[in-house]
Amino acid sequence: MIIIGEKINSTNRAARAAIANLDTEFVQDMARKQYDAGAAYIDLNAGMFVDDEAEKLEWLVKTAQQAVDAPLSIDSPNSEAIDRALKAAKIKKPIINSITDERERFDSILPLILEYDTAVVALCMDDSGMPETADERLSIADRLISSLTSKRVGISDIYIDPMVRPIGTGTHYGRVALETISRVRAEFPEVHITCGLSNISFGIPERKLMNQAFLVAAMAAGMDGAILDPLDKKLMSFVYATEALLGMDDFCMDYLMKFREGLLEE
Amino acid sequence: MSILNEISINLQAGKAKVVKELVQKAIDEGIDAGTILEQGLLDGMGVIGTKFKNNEIYVPEVLIAARAMSAGTELLKPLLVAGGVKARGKVVLGTVKGDLHDIGKNLVKMMMEGKGLEVIDLGTDVSAERFITAAKENDARVIACSALLTTTMGEMKKVLELLKEQGLRDSMTVMIGGAPVTDAYRESIGADIYTADAASAAEEAVKVLTE
Repeated sequence: MIIIGEKINSTNRAARAAIANLDTEFVQDMARKQYDAGAAYIDLNAGMFVDDEAEKLEWLVKTAQQAVDAPLSIDSPNSEAIDRALKAAKIKKPIINSITDERERFDSILPLILEYDTAVVALCMDDSGMPETADERLSIADRLISSLTSKRVGISDIYIDPMVRPIGTGTHYGRVALETISRVRAEFPEVHITCGLSNISFGIPERKLMNQAFLVAAMAAGMDGAILDPLDKKLMSFVYATEALLGMDDFCMDYLMKFREGLLEE
Repeated sequence: MSILNEISINLQAGKAKVVKELVQKAIDEGIDAGTILEQGLLDGMGVIGTKFKNNEIYVPEVLIAARAMSAGTELLKPLLVAGGVKARGKVVLGTVKGDLHDIGKNLVKMMMEGKGLEVIDLGTDVSAERFITAAKENDARVIACSALLTTTMGEMKKVLELLKEQGLRDSMTVMIGGAPVTDAYRESIGADIYTADAASAAEEAVKVLTE
């Protein structure tokens, strides 16, 4: 599983305060902890700073990469802010989170993927609104993949996000997400599939429980990435256990190693 | 238990089919449509709104109650129209341009309808022009704008600017809300009302329209 660690996000109150105060220690500590817990990417979001998002995002990049050598996930729909952040990024191949098939957004972000040779999260959404069915999501994914690869973005640099909607707002939304994942997986074996895990549980109690159940189901359907909190030991334990169950962990060696490191929680 | 009370209780439990049957029964018994609406359906939805605001119930419970309410209002609508009963007021509602998020907006709609308001729902990705045109066409005095993205919040300001340009600012109340929106932001763009949750939005709209 390719984990994108979500903790440095300005919509989170503690992180927002830290970013506002340019609290280097908070950001570096959070980056380090997530990296140590198994995050492949450290997500950075300064979207709540409407007036100076670009400046804040650039500061986050510079600050985080002094602490860890993990690639960064540049979390913004704003091409100016992304541009500035990528200019400052020194480590490996960053990922842009995210592009959509909305015309304006696609056209403004594609040049940045190409210029900085990044990976990208591609959300199944276009100008016609939030897709309702798996069919609609699949055709958006299809369009995104073909338009990106036709511009020479490598297919394994694309992370399709099925655009998970809360189960509490529509009985069918869990199935729609899972069906989208399995159909994208079948049609594009080389593409990555990721999602913001916690969307599924908006508006209902005991959200962590629902997130865990969804994680297992989505991994079984073919999802190989997730934007989540890697410091949530229980959730990460589900990642390791599910990887073993899906035959991705030879002789359960990784699971056993995590156990010995004290990283598993029953 | 009175039949109106039964309607309210079943609406709160989200039982659309039972609510529909009870509303039909109440109509057959000769109870006035306006009374069924006020003391049955709106009473039930009011309880739901309060409980939701107090975090006692969750989003799916609001949605299922709202479905029960529409099952009931469907039967009442022709009678209310024939009897000349008017909504308490009209609100034009939508998610701003460039923003496709509709969950919060839909909750506001349900809460407002639950307070007996008529909601003209423009959906998502609504431009400032469309908000204002719809308000004029429908003779609505309240425009309610929702945004979930920090990148689209700015569209709310455009609604206010365009209202001023058209000389309509004083005759229109502009309400704003959504995850990144705050009261400080409301003040900075000069909107009239900010509320943090859907139930409060409905309460404020009722205040404006019934004062």
